[in-house]
Amino acid sequence: MKKFWKLAATAAAASLIVAACGGSDSASDTTSAPKDCAVSLGLQFPETGDAANLGAPMLKGAQLAVDEYNAANPDACVTLKTFDTQGDPAKAPGVAAAVIADKSILGLIGPGFSGESKAALPAYEAAGLGTVTGSATNAELQLNGWKVFHRILGNDSVQGPAIAKYIVETLKPASVGIIDDASEYGKGLADTVKKAVGAGVKASDSIDPKAADFSAAVSKMKDANPAVIFYGGYYGEAVKLSKQLRDAGVKATLVFGDGVKDQAGYADAAGPAAEGAIIACPCKDGSADFISAWQAKYKEVPGTYGAEYYDAANVFLNIIKAGAKDRAAVQAALGTYDAAGITKQIKFGANGDATEAATVYIYKVTGGKITYVADVK
Amino acid sequence: MNLTQQFRDITRSVTHGPGVFSKLPKSARWSLVGMLIIAFYFMPYWPNVPVLGWIVNTPGTSFENVLTDQIMVFVLMALGLNVVVGFAGLLDLGYVGFYAVGAYTTAILTSQHASWPWLAALPVSVLAAMAAGVILGTPTLRLRGDYLAIVTLGFGEIIRITANNTNWLGGPRGINNIKHPPNIGPLKFTVLDAKPYWYLGFTIILLVLFVLHRLEHSRVGRAWSAVREDEDAAELMGVDTFKFKLWAFAIGAAVGGLAGSLYATKVAFINPDGFLLQLSILFLAAVVLGGTGNMYGAIVGGFLVAWVPERFRNFDTRRYFVFGCILVLVMVFRPQGIIPRRGSAAGPAPVEGDAQ
Amino acid sequence: MSNWLIYRTFWDLTVSGLVLGLIYALVALGYTMVYGVLRLINFAHSEVFMVGTFGVLVSLTKVFGIPLFEGGQYPFRTGFVLVGILLASLLIGMFVSGVGAIAIERIAYRPLRGAGDVYGAVALAFITGLILSFIFSSDIGLNLIIAAVVAGPLSILYLRIFKRGRQAPRLAFLISAIGVSMALAEAVAIWGPDERVVYQTPRILEKKVLFTFFGAHVRIDYVIVAVGAVLMMTSLLLFVNRTRLGRGIRAVAQDAETSRILGVNVDLVILVTFLLGGAMAGGAAMMFTLVYDQTRFNIGFLLGVKSFTAAVLGGIGNIRGALLGGVVLGLAENYGSAVFGGQWKDVIAFIVLLVVLMFRPTGILGESLAKARV
Repeated sequence: MKKFWKLAATAAAASLIVAACGGSDSASDTTSAPKDCAVSLGLQFPETGDAANLGAPMLKGAQLAVDEYNAANPDACVTLKTFDTQGDPAKAPGVAAAVIADKSILGLIGPGFSGESKAALPAYEAAGLGTVTGSATNAELQLNGWKVFHRILGNDSVQGPAIAKYIVETLKPASVGIIDDASEYGKGLADTVKKAVGAGVKASDSIDPKAADFSAAVSKMKDANPAVIFYGGYYGEAVKLSKQLRDAGVKATLVFGDGVKDQAGYADAAGPAAEGAIIACPCKDGSADFISAWQAKYKEVPGTYGAEYYDAANVFLNIIKAGAKDRAAVQAALGTYDAAGITKQIKFGANGDATEAATVYIYKVTGGKITYVADVK
Repeated sequence: MNLTQQFRDITRSVTHGPGVFSKLPKSARWSLVGMLIIAFYFMPYWPNVPVLGWIVNTPGTSFENVLTDQIMVFVLMALGLNVVVGFAGLLDLGYVGFYAVGAYTTAILTSQHASWPWLAALPVSVLAAMAAGVILGTPTLRLRGDYLAIVTLGFGEIIRITANNTNWLGGPRGINNIKHPPNIGPLKFTVLDAKPYWYLGFTIILLVLFVLHRLEHSRVGRAWSAVREDEDAAELMGVDTFKFKLWAFAIGAAVGGLAGSLYATKVAFINPDGFLLQLSILFLAAVVLGGTGNMYGAIVGGFLVAWVPERFRNFDTRRYFVFGCILVLVMVFRPQGIIPRRGSAAGPAPVEGDAQ
Repeated sequence: MSNWLIYRTFWDLTVSGLVLGLIYALVALGYTMVYGVLRLINFAHSEVFMVGTFGVLVSLTKVFGIPLFEGGQYPFRTGFVLVGILLASLLIGMFVSGVGAIAIERIAYRPLRGAGDVYGAVALAFITGLILSFIFSSDIGLNLIIAAVVAGPLSILYLRIFKRGRQAPRLAFLISAIGVSMALAEAVAIWGPDERVVYQTPRILEKKVLFTFFGAHVRIDYVIVAVGAVLMMTSLLLFVNRTRLGRGIRAVAQDAETSRILGVNVDLVILVTFLLGGAMAGGAAMMFTLVYDQTRFNIGFLLGVKSFTAAVLGGIGNIRGALLGGVVLGLAENYGSAVFGGQWKDVIAFIVLLVVLMFRPTGILGESLAKARV
């Protein structure tokens, strides 16, 4: 009798697994587009995992563009297929192979992060599948000679010197403090800013973005008392850092890069601690139409990289609308693409970087809102 | 209880190891093993087989890449960790550190600071990981049970953070353009086809399995089980427990380094985020889930831990919730693991590294 | 990197290190008590802490209806309202964490001890049903209904299996704990309050500087943490040393089997141990949100690892060791970060642990819940 129950439980567990396998194929696709589209676009991004919050606006931006396109072209619709990597390079080759194997996919939006780009792009290059990223800003990606690589926002080597220029020429501080989050993006950006500011840097430190307490870095800044503190990293830690710096009585002007340009994620979350902070970004807010369409669809303000992914999706959609029917045609059309996006005039240079990405826009948190103040070329 | 008896007969081979299997004539046994091995070599094609394909295929990503990038790594890591945890009874929560040492050694030698061929970098990577095992083991193996667990956990983190903060090791940017293995006859190691990596990887898994099998049944293996069951008694009986624990650590580390080197050459890019502490925990989960101390269990556990989250991709964000729940359910209803260590399915289990 | 920095900011680093160290210590108590009684690393304890911070978050925003900001400023409260809300959120945090710890014990540990009961069976059956329901629907309402329907008959089956329970190997507990912590963190990420990177908790206490100590600002929230943590730990020590149940805990820690024979209700003792450990983590959760105004679904993991490190550093199974270990770790991290840079913070923590264990293989104070003295 004892054995019987044990076996029954094992059988139940086995049937659970089998049933799970059987049922899962019937589960619906995550995209909301009609199912009979002949053509589709891939989106490689972190849908789950620790970076999922940065991935959400990427999906929303791309989905918005595709939905608008499908509403305008009901008889030549395009499906958006999403591929989750968790931002993990180990998952990227598998996802890339799945994207490549799906012959209906004519172009790939993304990859979301620089690390997964390095793991996936060799495969896309070999398959000749054009990619457009709106967020992987590593300053070396364009140097790999990948013909399929395209990027619609300025990389860290453009952003860093521009931020440094703004700090030195406009803010004119006596000294600068620099903090980074030891991530590829944050440290890369902080290092270029540090180099460009040069002798003005009085103190620098790294923080662990997963930790809650930044008191060692805060003490360091308090001791050095710089007039400006630059932080390279994403908005989540920028909120914590801003609060802890202000709580410790540090009065320096805070300066951030594009990873912090997020109304809900930074300005709304940090409240008084964010007031007066400067945010540099190689991106424009996007048109008023875009913002209202986003708000109508998602009931929130556009998040970080949302406008870039809307633009990236539209690049492919415009190419498909102009008649490109296969991957080679799409990839060829990317090279000669020249049209206005909502963030900038989009035209790719020989290395894949957008030629207009050299401009960095400066924003300031005023009255709790991130508002545009100036351009830096 | 006729029904019970029937169930017992049917499932005996699963629950009691190769009972039925060992009754077969030798020739039948060998041909069965041979067929199984061939079937596993054809694993990249499994998604094309009716029924089987429907079970194993991973929608949303490519199965053959899951096979090489996740399953191969997890199976090898589970095999290696099983030496440490299962054979010698040492709780190691920083096993990812050896994987990182192997991967980084390969990356440095083939891309970052030299351009060795992968075949030359492979043995160096294994040796480097082994050396790391000895370096970690020498001061820490005198600690018992859970103290060893937290110290090894710290070691894994130290390796990752050091890689992240050292420009010589690529820093947070990682290292790319790691060399692929040289083409072997018709096997072309390219970015678009993962199958050759599986043929290579599975061959290595078989080799590791063979070596570990021999070790388990050698004097070393017996010394390990003596240390595992009762360290003090083993010491009294004249077993040099420290030496054998260090051996377990070094061999486990070597397998970890091997897995790291294979992973690096397959994906051709590594960064410190690929060696998070969570991976160590998943490797341990693979060993225990499969059946601590049983190499075939480790293989099954490694496969499941790597495959389940990929298989249930269409559960979207809920797949890791489901995975966590499955871990609990399996441990509650099958605490000895899916394929328990032979001889331990009944009776009290050995207490691993009790601090008492 | 300036090596003189540590001298100039020494007291600053000391004060903030102490505060973080006390929070580590409170969480470490849970690890230490469970370890003392069950010889088990309660890996899921980190999520007990995480659940507590969400309890505090929900109590502040939903129960007391406090917005994140009022007119662009922090929603400061004063006087009795402030004290009342702080105390209430502390109690809610302790309650949520305590209940969470007990639930984990029932679901993930007790069946493995061979003592699975009806609550565990129902909960596990419900979880099984929930997983099964995902196959058919992604609508959470429908999922819950299917899970409830499946849970009925399945729990009877599970209970039958529990009836002949055996003690599982220790590693099975560890994996079960890892599974339950993974599931809990993911559950909060999926079904918790609207996901954004960090959930800000409303700041109701104005962080005024009370006094300066060798140039270091000692803020009111720091003082509350220090006083609160010491009070909680003292009461815990008194409970363990002076009450009947406390004596039971010490007895089970020394020898569970003998205690059982002598008439100690071992299952009750284990339950109380988890409850107390959970409540301490809940207290830590409230103090954490008070100082750092934030929580996230994965906030427990790193803090849990550090707290466990603190517990081992002080001597696992030793209540005073947890306090000492937490404080030593908090201070070492801060001083080390100042000298070597913040990116090496965790490396410093683990090297301190390694060095201490080299010289004292069972931690600074050694391990012993059984022999705990005030």
